[in-house]
Amino acid sequence: MSLLSINQSGPFTHQVSSVQKTMFTVLLALMPATAFNLYLFGWPAILLFTITVGSCVVAEALCLALAGQPIKAALSDYSAALTGWLLAMSLPPWAPWWVGVLGAVFAIGLAKHTFGGIGQNMFNPAMVGRTVLLISFPVVMTAWVMPHPLFSAGAPGLFEAIGITIGGQMPDAVSAASALGHVKTELSRGIPVTQSMAQVPDLMDMMLGYRAGSLGETSAVLILAGGLFLMARRIISWHIPLSVMGGLFLIAATFHAVDPARFSSGTFHLVSGATFLGAFFIATDYVTSPVSKKGQLVFGVGCGVLIWLIRTFAGYPEGVAFAVLLMNALTPIIDQYTRPRAFGRNRKGEPLPLGKGKP
Amino acid sequence: MKLFPIRGGIHPDYRKELSSEKSIVTLPMPVALYIPLQQHIGAPAEVLVNEGDLVKKGQMIARSGGAVSAPQHAPTSGRIQAISAIAAPHPSGLAQTTIILEPDGKDEWANLPEPIADPLNADPQLIRERVAQSGIVGMGGAAFPSAVKLDLGMRYKLEILLLNGAECEPYLTCDDRVMREHADEVIDGARIMAHALGTPRVVIAIEDNKPQALAAMTQAASVFTGIEVVGVPVQYPMGSERHLVQAITGRETPAKKLTADIGVVVHNVATARAVHHAVRFGRPLVSRVVTVSGGAIREPNNIEAPIGARVADLVAFCGGFAVVPERLVNGGPMMGQPLPGLDVPVVKGMSGILALTAGEIDPQPASACIRCGSCVTICPCGLVPVEMAAFIRKDNFEVAAKLGVMDCVSCGSCSWVCPSHIPLVHYFNYAKGMINAQGREQRKNDQTRILSEAHTLRVEKAAADKAAALAAKKAQAAAAAAAKEAAAKEKEKDETPA
Repeated sequence: MSLLSINQSGPFTHQVSSVQKTMFTVLLALMPATAFNLYLFGWPAILLFTITVGSCVVAEALCLALAGQPIKAALSDYSAALTGWLLAMSLPPWAPWWVGVLGAVFAIGLAKHTFGGIGQNMFNPAMVGRTVLLISFPVVMTAWVMPHPLFSAGAPGLFEAIGITIGGQMPDAVSAASALGHVKTELSRGIPVTQSMAQVPDLMDMMLGYRAGSLGETSAVLILAGGLFLMARRIISWHIPLSVMGGLFLIAATFHAVDPARFSSGTFHLVSGATFLGAFFIATDYVTSPVSKKGQLVFGVGCGVLIWLIRTFAGYPEGVAFAVLLMNALTPIIDQYTRPRAFGRNRKGEPLPLGKGKP
Repeated sequence: MKLFPIRGGIHPDYRKELSSEKSIVTLPMPVALYIPLQQHIGAPAEVLVNEGDLVKKGQMIARSGGAVSAPQHAPTSGRIQAISAIAAPHPSGLAQTTIILEPDGKDEWANLPEPIADPLNADPQLIRERVAQSGIVGMGGAAFPSAVKLDLGMRYKLEILLLNGAECEPYLTCDDRVMREHADEVIDGARIMAHALGTPRVVIAIEDNKPQALAAMTQAASVFTGIEVVGVPVQYPMGSERHLVQAITGRETPAKKLTADIGVVVHNVATARAVHHAVRFGRPLVSRVVTVSGGAIREPNNIEAPIGARVADLVAFCGGFAVVPERLVNGGPMMGQPLPGLDVPVVKGMSGILALTAGEIDPQPASACIRCGSCVTICPCGLVPVEMAAFIRKDNFEVAAKLGVMDCVSCGSCSWVCPSHIPLVHYFNYAKGMINAQGREQRKNDQTRILSEAHTLRVEKAAADKAAALAAKKAQAAAAAAAKEAAAKEKEKDETPA
């Protein structure tokens, strides 16, 4: 195919859309939740966020240069910035700078460009970054802090923040457990969920986001607002978010009903950890999720169930990243089995029989 | 009337308001008309005139070239200036044999065939012959000889003649104007066609964005029974034959079958009007309504142009270009083809001439697919464009065919929606061409193999026959020799003294 003929082929009208615009809209949708959490966790979070996003963009540029591809055009699609953004949102807010840099190398270098760059990766780059970090540096990656809103009493100033993020001097006094982590630890000490639940923030705080957690995941309400905005702009559809949350809620609620002392409630699973962030912004990653709506439902339910399984039975208190990565691996096969029925053909691809009005 | 949903589809920027309120105007006769012999699907027409001949309007100047073909008629009176090869309105711009007619300005009709008296009770064969003789082809764009399609009643049990007034392509308003201004002619043509086909029902489908056309057609149809005018949702590609049939009847045409297989025949509204002219007045198809529009046209318009007028004549009639167009298009912007230039003629299947600005076509280089799945969601044929394109990029046509690329109707919705601006439908057209070529090659190889095997068999048989003949001869000779020897021995014995 010559370039000329492609240039001349129809249609001669196009929807106003571009990859750049799509990515930018996602960034825009992440803005409220991010702004709130940067405020909530203060200067160290702002530094880590900046370093992580910057590292991802630099890593992308380096990989493109190595591959001999045009750098400027590829960088302007914001995909590296989005990966960095999501990665930063999944990190402990006061983690040291090298966590962000290493995460960027794994996310962009390993997960994205080893596979051939944008559109070619099997696994969600941000989640690969986070997972590799979590497995390699479990202590640093689970060092949560209580909210320290900017300018509030006890919140670190810019210089202290540099000490925390660049110097790696994590003050001992501020550490806290995430709600999921707390429940899990207590359970392992023989304390039932019904009892440990008393120490986690109440539902309202969990929803609004005034709790310990990753840099961008705490505010379910603001993430939901961003997600709804993406749906209104038709960047994502309801299929993945609803099926992730529906799958997680149903299985959690069912087991909770059977044994409330052992299993947390469905609502708790929904509002804690990275459920909302995962459902609206991570599982919905175009490249690594199925292309058909039916496939997306299968994918979403799979994510939801896996999140619950990992949170409940595995060694880690949180399972969103693992669940999404596992389902990413299944995406090609889901795609293969959830193709739409072609016009005039049955599900097997044979022409419809004559004489029957409807398939 | 209960309508049925069709899958997917898109809502492009229609921009019909550019020309929808412009009444049809007749193009002043150009100084020369260029009538290509191939304006339809099928065999080209065969020239009946010579250079220098004087012809009258409506006189047949080229006859039908086969079972699937259509004749050409002189669009006005004048002199045949030349018969030569000039550029066709095809993206390739390749030359094809064209009759060049110099109008004499009198626009005198030839002796036309008599109108068919009482066509609604006439022998259907008479109507089909008249339509064939009048050079009528599908005027929605496909340009398939209409008479062939009117024959379907002989082979299929038909229930509905579906008249396609959807006009789902953006910009185009020619069908809209024809329905608004000539509703009676369209309805009459439809009734005649229904009679020829033997269908008891006529349904006329019009997209809801043409309320005046809907009103005019409903009004014109109200005096007859068995004709329904139906508004269908504005959803591209509603005008696709199979999809329109599904929207109206709920029936899904099986793959590799015709809509006639499920009892429906689809014709365009402008075709019905042409049938009306041919049957009621004996007038062949010598002109058509063309929408000239687009951001680069100074005054967009709907023009009744003689077949063979140059695109340049129509553009000039519209005041020329306001700005330099980025692209000239034959047809609508979704499925239309690029025009190789302004010097090509108007042909029977040309519904629109668009001169589009860069802002309108939004040309952008293709970038990598991000698997957003939009193409899967909107594909009206239930295909997976993203997957097919990936295989076609690797020239793996076998898998692309398995994934259904041959079922693609080339509506272009996937290309339109793609945020990466990948020319998906172009990939599919390319693959269809390659698969067809491979099929031809395969058939050719099969044929060669059959012939060569037959040849080998023949040669072997001949050799065997020869060997057998030789053996027989040898045996005969041997027998003869033996007989001789025996005779000699006998003789010897006799001669030997006792």
